[in-house]
Amino acid sequence: MCSRPFRLLDEQFRDGELCHDCTRWEEDPDWQGFLQKNTSIFLYNDFLKEVMAKYKFRGDYVLAKVFADYFKEVTKGWEADLFVPIPLSEERLYERGFNQAEAILTEAGKMPTDILSRVHTEKQSKKSRLERIHLPQVFQIDSQTNLHGKKVILIDDIYTTGSTLRHAAKLLKQAGADTVWSITLAR
Amino acid sequence: MRFQIKDEKLIPQRFFTEDSYRITQIPEILQPPLNPDFPYSRELQQILAGKQLLLDDIPHPLDEIQSHYENGYITYRKGIDYIGKKPMCMRCGNKDQQLFAIFHCSRCGENCFYCRRCIMMGRISECTPLIGWNGPAPNITLPQKIMAWNGKLSEGQQVASDKVVEAIWQKKEWLVWAVCGAGKTEVLFAGIETALAAYKRICIATPRTDVVLELTPRLKEAFPEIRVASLYGGSTDRHLYAPLTIATTHQLLRFYQAFDAVILDEVDAFPYTVEESLQHAAIQARKPSSAMIYLTATPNEKWQRECRAGKRSFTTIPARFHRHPLPIPEFAWCGNWQKQLQKGRLPANVLRWIKDRLESGKQALVFFPHIPLMEKALPLLRKLDSRIEAVHAEDPERKEKVQKMRAKEVPLLLTTTILERGVTFPNIDVAVVGAEDLIFTESALVQIAGRAGRNKDYPDGVVTFFHFGKTDEMLKARKQIVTMNREGVKRGLIDI
Ligand SMILES: [Zn+2]
Ligand SMILES: [Zn+2]
Ligand SMILES: [Zn+2]
Repeated sequence: MCSRPFRLLDEQFRDGELCHDCTRWEEDPDWQGFLQKNTSIFLYNDFLKEVMAKYKFRGDYVLAKVFADYFKEVTKGWEADLFVPIPLSEERLYERGFNQAEAILTEAGKMPTDILSRVHTEKQSKKSRLERIHLPQVFQIDSQTNLHGKKVILIDDIYTTGSTLRHAAKLLKQAGADTVWSITLAR
Repeated sequence: MRFQIKDEKLIPQRFFTEDSYRITQIPEILQPPLNPDFPYSRELQQILAGKQLLLDDIPHPLDEIQSHYENGYITYRKGIDYIGKKPMCMRCGNKDQQLFAIFHCSRCGENCFYCRRCIMMGRISECTPLIGWNGPAPNITLPQKIMAWNGKLSEGQQVASDKVVEAIWQKKEWLVWAVCGAGKTEVLFAGIETALAAYKRICIATPRTDVVLELTPRLKEAFPEIRVASLYGGSTDRHLYAPLTIATTHQLLRFYQAFDAVILDEVDAFPYTVEESLQHAAIQARKPSSAMIYLTATPNEKWQRECRAGKRSFTTIPARFHRHPLPIPEFAWCGNWQKQLQKGRLPANVLRWIKDRLESGKQALVFFPHIPLMEKALPLLRKLDSRIEAVHAEDPERKEKVQKMRAKEVPLLLTTTILERGVTFPNIDVAVVGAEDLIFTESALVQIAGRAGRNKDYPDGVVTFFHFGKTDEMLKARKQIVTMNREGVKRGLIDI
């Protein structure tokens, strides 16, 4: 479900169709069923790591055009009402100059819908998985956009534990969205 | 970041406002007069003197930087400026429109051009100020004795050394054209010493990190009580203010009018296209009135022409420190060696050459133009001696293999041009297989030939270029070596 390439995983890390990570999420009644599907375009390797660093930390915007081509190919045939980029905190956005997820949408010719914003600003990576899961609220929905019956696609740069995407998905579902899928550059 | 203009001053604005501008749009940047009573930060002085940094490079808050600007101690310069309608990067000098890109920028709220050429040093766009220092330079206290080196220069070195001293004093440009093994580093010592004694700031810059790492301990040893900043990607000295700086040419991009003398070592190590940006970096880093010394064993054709035409001031050191002539490469036709290798064979004369070395126990370097063909040759040669190794630039065991060669555990090392310079082994012969390949330029071949006969105990070495058709580059390389030997004899620098 997280699009972890299954053939690379040993039996012992799998529960039937789901990997352990996803099972853990889906067994938790607070979280099951919010994010229906994730697709990651690339597997994180040394080469991608370098390209991602140039894109994210050096801020070479041109790479968004390259990633957008892959994005278009992967999402071909998807029917979606809204594309929602995972937002950066205000400081992070200022530091980077642009939102990397949003840039890919724009370059792929999709209209990004900025309905989410961050509630807290503390660095996520400093927290343990448990802390992140039980964090009361990472995002809030800003606009009055009607989400009822809508199919929403979330976009983020890297899928690590899936907690960011699940927090966003939960919020969108509670606001009336019908389906929430996600797509990330790498995992 | 944006700026408002108020009371003849720039006032930074974090976000878009109607009455603010991006620095690139401001026609003339106002610089407040220096307030001598302002208690300026010594730390900012150390970090910024002679530099051009981005706000993100400086660990101090914007408020503090702004108050230094308002009191005349800090300057804001445009990161991108326009020459007519075309953007130019003021840090790296990029004017190539293809190396600019545009994005919607959250720092200025507009579409913002940025330079892709120097993006590895942090992004410079139309709303990016380059931050510099306008206050007094940090104080330097000099030790009683500046230089600890007391070696002796060869006659050829002495002539060049005197010229370097003179060029530094008279703020001139000077090229030192020293053959491989002449000992060019020592030629700088007297010039550096007198410059330091006069409180001048000196920089030695080179395209390669390897060279920075090799030069740093040598200079620290020669000038033990002088602070030396050693700068390369990831170095910890990046905020260190020092009278003597050793840096990669990339790192020069962070300097602005800093040095009284810039010494550019191995200017030829990168192709001509890179030279332009390198020149830009060097020009930015030196003070408007300063000296520029170029060091090389193999100036490019344009420079050689300028030297011959009297348009470039230069000194040659045509002879090695040990006063023996440079080994002259011999040419040997070896037919279509690539085709033979594809069939699992080496040309007979190449094989003979290698066998002779293995039998007599003389170590050798054998250069190949490309990795795949070298790797085809390796198993063939290992049948003769299983200790034979091959290295190339991306080889993770590169250092270990070179070390094994030094320790004489490897009788023969196959290599790409990666070992053409820098590395020296005391007693080796050298062969090039496929010397006609485009990668073997005049300067590459001179450098390769220069690997042989380096040690005074083993001043001779055989250098053979195996080829499938002689090239101009091969002929020019041989001519350059022969000319240097002749000059060395004429000037009495070679014993015959
Ligand atoms: Zn999964
Ligand atoms: Zn901007
Ligand atoms: Zn640039």
